[in-house]
This record gives sequence, structure tokens and C-alpha cells, in this order.
Amino acid sequence: MSKQINVALIGNPNTGKTSVFNALTGLNQKVGNYPGITVEKKEGICKLPRGVKAHIIDLPGTYSLNASSLDENVVIELLLNKTDKDYPDVAVVVSDVENLKRNLLLFTQIKDLKIPTILVINMADRMEYKGISLNIEHLEEQLKTKIALISTRKNKGIDKLKELIATHKELSIEPCLDASTIDKAYFDNLRKAFPNQLLYKLWLVITQDVNFGKTDRQTFDAVEDFKTKSKTDLKRLQQKETIKRYQFINETLKLGQTIDLKSAKDLRIKLDRILTHKVWGYLIFGVILLTIFQAIYDWSSIPMDFIDSSFASLSEWTKSNLPEGAFTNLLAEGIISGLGGIVIFIPQIAFLFLFISILEESGYMSRVVFLMDRIMRRFGLSGKSVVPLISGTACAIPAIMATRNIESWKERLITILVTPFTTCSARLPVYLIIIALVIPEGRILGLSYQALTLMLLYLIGFGAAVGSAWILNKILKIKSKSFFVVEMPNYKLPLFKNVALTVLEKTKAFVFGAGKIILAISIVLWFLASYGPGDDFNNAETIVTEQYASENLTEDELNQKIESHKLEHSFIGIAGHAIEPAIRPLGYDWKIGIAIVSSFAAREVFVGTLATIYSVGSDEEETIKNRMAGEVNPILGGPLFNFASGISLLLFYAFAMQCMSTLAIVKKETNSWKWPMYQLVIMSAFAYIVALIAYQVLK
Amino acid sequence: MTLADLKRGQHGIITDVSSIHIPLKLLEMGCLPGNLVELVQVAPFADPMYLNINGTHLAIRKETAIHIIIETAHE
Repeated sequence: MSKQINVALIGNPNTGKTSVFNALTGLNQKVGNYPGITVEKKEGICKLPRGVKAHIIDLPGTYSLNASSLDENVVIELLLNKTDKDYPDVAVVVSDVENLKRNLLLFTQIKDLKIPTILVINMADRMEYKGISLNIEHLEEQLKTKIALISTRKNKGIDKLKELIATHKELSIEPCLDASTIDKAYFDNLRKAFPNQLLYKLWLVITQDVNFGKTDRQTFDAVEDFKTKSKTDLKRLQQKETIKRYQFINETLKLGQTIDLKSAKDLRIKLDRILTHKVWGYLIFGVILLTIFQAIYDWSSIPMDFIDSSFASLSEWTKSNLPEGAFTNLLAEGIISGLGGIVIFIPQIAFLFLFISILEESGYMSRVVFLMDRIMRRFGLSGKSVVPLISGTACAIPAIMATRNIESWKERLITILVTPFTTCSARLPVYLIIIALVIPEGRILGLSYQALTLMLLYLIGFGAAVGSAWILNKILKIKSKSFFVVEMPNYKLPLFKNVALTVLEKTKAFVFGAGKIILAISIVLWFLASYGPGDDFNNAETIVTEQYASENLTEDELNQKIESHKLEHSFIGIAGHAIEPAIRPLGYDWKIGIAIVSSFAAREVFVGTLATIYSVGSDEEETIKNRMAGEVNPILGGPLFNFASGISLLLFYAFAMQCMSTLAIVKKETNSWKWPMYQLVIMSAFAYIVALIAYQVLK
Repeated sequence: MTLADLKRGQHGIITDVSSIHIPLKLLEMGCLPGNLVELVQVAPFADPMYLNINGTHLAIRKETAIHIIIETAHE
């Protein structure tokens, strides 16, 4: 029988905690959410020596147990709640050998909770480079723990760590220092009032503004005669506690660590002279962005063409090889076409996530925060808003979650409200297909017109975000203290495994998340397009044949007339015609109207919807793009997707708030329906007006 | 003098931090009396400031830096 033990990975940000997690679990990991909140929960399984299995949780990075964000709360809540099913049998604190002193602060706090704790000193391969040598024996003795010196980059020391986890029962649970000496009287009082509770745990509950689960709060409120201190006093005590911990750590490291500064090299400072320079820094950032967009465009065009034609053949093959009937039609025209509309964008989305994760992993993203803070503040944002705004180009949902480390509530709220303007990957399908249809091919200075248009759309999205932030900053009357502390981690060559896993996991989440909605909508749309009420639909053949009886049409032409007559009188045709007056001034026909309406569930539905509508009743093997190019404007003649209507559509999608998941996440993060509703109404109205003006001017 | 008065490349030793104006997080990252601080880089208008405090590299805004009292030090 194998027994499963709970292991929690804890550590400062930028210590390579996730690399350790990946090294332990490999592909045996899954990402979910903590119940009720949207903090990402990463867990995995690791096989240990002696047939022991470990269930490993990668907790969000934190500098200490004094939480200042929702992500950090998760760490404390788990460590304080012994009844939680994930409560660790052993805590593994991951530290970076270059920042050992600071990393040990968190370590001493966790030791105070009397949880068996292993100290991982990561990035051991950097020791020589930095002139660091460690006295592991001394450190183990002083810190009352076992140490695993590892290097995830060189894949060293992982087995030792596994061994330590397997033998966790031998770990000491004695604290490193006695923090209660910072105010003896107060802590004695506390101990008397709650004799059965761990003192440090009480202290954490008192000093935090968070809800630590009912039991703790209740026991705390139950004792009335215990007086707590004022906020300022508590903060002063926390400061004292921090100083005390550092005293202990300095004392420990005096013998435990020697740094030979002469042999230490610092690439970071040299690189940062250029990368954070007043002129070069911005220039390099601009070039990086430009390169990314060009690359996304160029690298993914071949796989995309391949996927597009494969799905067209698959649909055709299904039709000709399966027995005729409603099910075959549903499969070929509804499901396969709809899915093709999402699968085709996997290459681009994967490339986008690839670049974003490289920017994050390398440490460059912090430099962007530094460079942009002053500029962003003019618009009521923070330098840290840049991270959501950039990752918003992948998806607004993780981007809005990434606002949590913005310290000021006003800056954070504004960032949440404007992030949906950034061009997310769901807009990409719409942009790409429209650009391909209406923007001519050709190059200027080595950049294609189409790539430049895409870049321009990204800039428009970014501009809309920043512009509306400026307005919100003027309107919103929220007073909040703004603190801004951002670590500038060492530059690292991104680990291939980490980047690959992120890309894989995010792309998968996107495809399956969006795939489900698209599949459902495709099926519904197919039904609505294939059936209709009344004589006009059911007797289409007779009606059309009589109508064109004098015109001598070939059988093919007649069939086409019948199919389009059917479509126009199907349920979806009727609905589409009903909304047509509202969208005609924008240059759209009713089919685009249907696609827009269904896009309010999720934008990426647009292409799939058009693919489904256009393929209903069509016998030919056609790619989505060719079908759209062949559409004729019913009133003006000429292609339906021309320059004017194309630009109008692009702008509509650039500004409109069409994503239910984003609205839900904004509701969760702002704790009210007010803000997502504002977003929905204001953004969509703005989109309509801009698209209207664009079409009327360009047509 | 305060941290905000440092010039790029200069060093100082932190002598006092005004605890009400300084987030605990900054203290926990090593911004404590007695520690050596170097101004590594400044963004345009000297804000934010990129510091090396005792081996931890971080950036803070000028509005926070004026609450950190230092004395000059020559490395």
C-alpha cells in the first residue's frame, strides 16, 4: 500500500519555485482554481523512494506570511487551517542562493507555525559565478531543518529533495527563534487568553486583514476581555518582528555563508544599464514588441493554411463517406466547421503565449514595469498595469487576475476596467480573417501591410485602454494609498521545460474552454439555420422552382437558389433579418449580424459562426476564407467584405465587450455587478459608434 | 538626506524608515536601518528608482523614497 503525503511548495517570487514543481511532477500536474476565488491552483503527483507518493501543491509566490494580496492569502489560509484536505505534511521552502538572506525571512515564519519544513536552496549552479560558498551543516543546525542544495537548470539535487520529502517524519518542528520577545507583555497576555492556540498563528490572525476561515475568527472573537492594539501599534510591532528575524538570519549567515565579492560577477547591473536606460530601454522595448508581432504573423501562416484546408477536406470527406441524413449534416456543417474555426488559431495563440512566457521567465517583464510606471501613472495606472495589459494580448481573464499585485485599489480597479480593450487572442481569429480579406498583400520596409494592420489594431486596443484609464482616473473618486514595490530579479535564460509547459497548458485551456462554447453554439446555430417555420421554409423547393421556372437555370444554380431561400427563411434567417436595420449602417448583412450576436458569448465564435452559416447547404469543398470572399453584398453588389465594411468590423471587435467569461471574472474581482455592466454597455456602445463612423466615411 | 536625494551610482546607508509611510513588504525585502543601498538606475524624471538594497534589487517610487532617511556612504 502506498501512502500519499501532502507537500506544499512555498517561496518568494523569482526563486524558481515553479521549476522545482515541474522537476518533481513533470507532466503529472493540473491547474485549477481555489474554490470560490480565481487564484490559480497548481497541483501534481510525484513518486518518491520507498513507494511513497506525494501530492504536491505549488502555492503562489510570497515574500512573507504578512499577506498583501489575494494570492498571498491563499498561502496563509492553507498553512493556518489544519483541517484543510491540502494541509501540508511537509512544507518545502524554495529559496534562491543569491537572495538567501531575504528568502530566509519567509522560512523562519513557516518554522514558527511548527510545520515540518525542508529548505531548498535553488540555483546552486550560480554559486561559483557569484562567489558564494555555503556551510550546509551549520545552516541545517541553526535553522533546525534539512537542506537540499539543488539546481533545476542542471537537473541536480532533485533526488536528494525527494529523499528528504520521503523521510519528512524526521524533521524538527522547533521554531528558529522566539518572535514573542518583541513585546513580552502583549504576547503573554495573548497566550493567557488563548492557551490552546499556537502563539504565532494568533499573531498572524490578529495582524492580517483577511478572513482565515470561520473557526479561527470565532475562537478569537469569543474572548471579550482581550484587547487588541491599534493598527499603528501593530504595524510597529510587525516592523520589530521583521528586524528581529533579520537579526537572527544575519547571525546565522555570518558562519553559514561567505560571499567573495571579488570573484562575483553581476550581469544584471551591466544589462540594466542598457535595458532600463532612459532612451535605449524604450527603444529596445519597442523593437521587441514589433518583432513579436511580425513573428506571430509570419511563423504561423503555414500551419494555419494547412489546418484550414484540412478541416475543409474533413468536412467534405464526412459528407461523402457517411450515410446521408441530418446527423451527417450536423457533423459536417455544424461541428466540424465550428471546430475548424477554433483549431486554426492554435498556432498563433501558442506563439503569443510563448513570447509572453519568455518575457516573464527571463525577468524582462519587471524592467518593463520599471520603464512604464511613470508614464502609466499619468493615466491613473501603475507600472504594474503593464503586465496585465501585455498579458491581456493573450487573454483578459488571467490578465485581470494578474492585477492583484497592484497595491493601490484605484489603480487596480482602473486596470481591471480597461484591460478588456487590449487585443486578446480571441480577437485574433476575427482580425486575421478580415485582414486577409480586405488588406492587400505587399510589404513596406520588410514588414507586410497585413502585419502592420495587425500591429495597428494592437496599438488601437492599447490606446483605448490607456485613454479610458485617463478618463476613469478623472471620474473615479477613490482615495487609496498607493505603494509601489517591484523586485528586479536576475536575468535568466528561460528554461525550455517551463516555457513549454506554460504554452501547452494555456493553449489547452484556451482551446478546450473556447472549444466547448463554440461547439455548443455551432450546434445550436446549425439547427437554427437548418430548420424554419412556415411554408416559406418547408416548401422552399416548390416556391423557388416556380419563381424561376421561366429562367432556364441549370440544376446546380437552382439548388443554390433553393438553399439560400431556405437559409433566409430559417429561424436564424428570420432573427438575422430582424436585427439587420441596426447593423446595416455599419456595412454588415444579417449573417454577420448573427455572428456578432453570438460573439457576445465569446469573440472567437465569430469565424466559426460564419463558417457554420455559410457551409449549411453548400456542397463544395471550400475554406472559410474563400467562402467569405465569395459573399456578395445583397444591396450594393460587390464583395460583402470590402475595405469599408472590413475596417468597420475590425473596429467593432476592437472595442466591443464581447466575452462572458471576462465579465464574470470582473464581477469576481471587483465584487459587484456594477463594473462589468458598465464595461458591457459603454464599450459596446462605443464600438457601435466608431464602426458606424468608419463605414460611413470609407464607403 | 533621504533616498530620493541619491544620484545614480551613489551609495548610502539607511538610518531610519518612517514606518507609517513605508509598506511592510518593503521592510521585509530588506529596507531596514543599517543596510547599504545603491541607486542603480532611474527612470525619466528620477521616478521610479531602481535600488540595490543589501543585494536585493527592487524599484520604488520617489514618493516612497522620500520617507527613507539615509546617510551617504562610500563603498
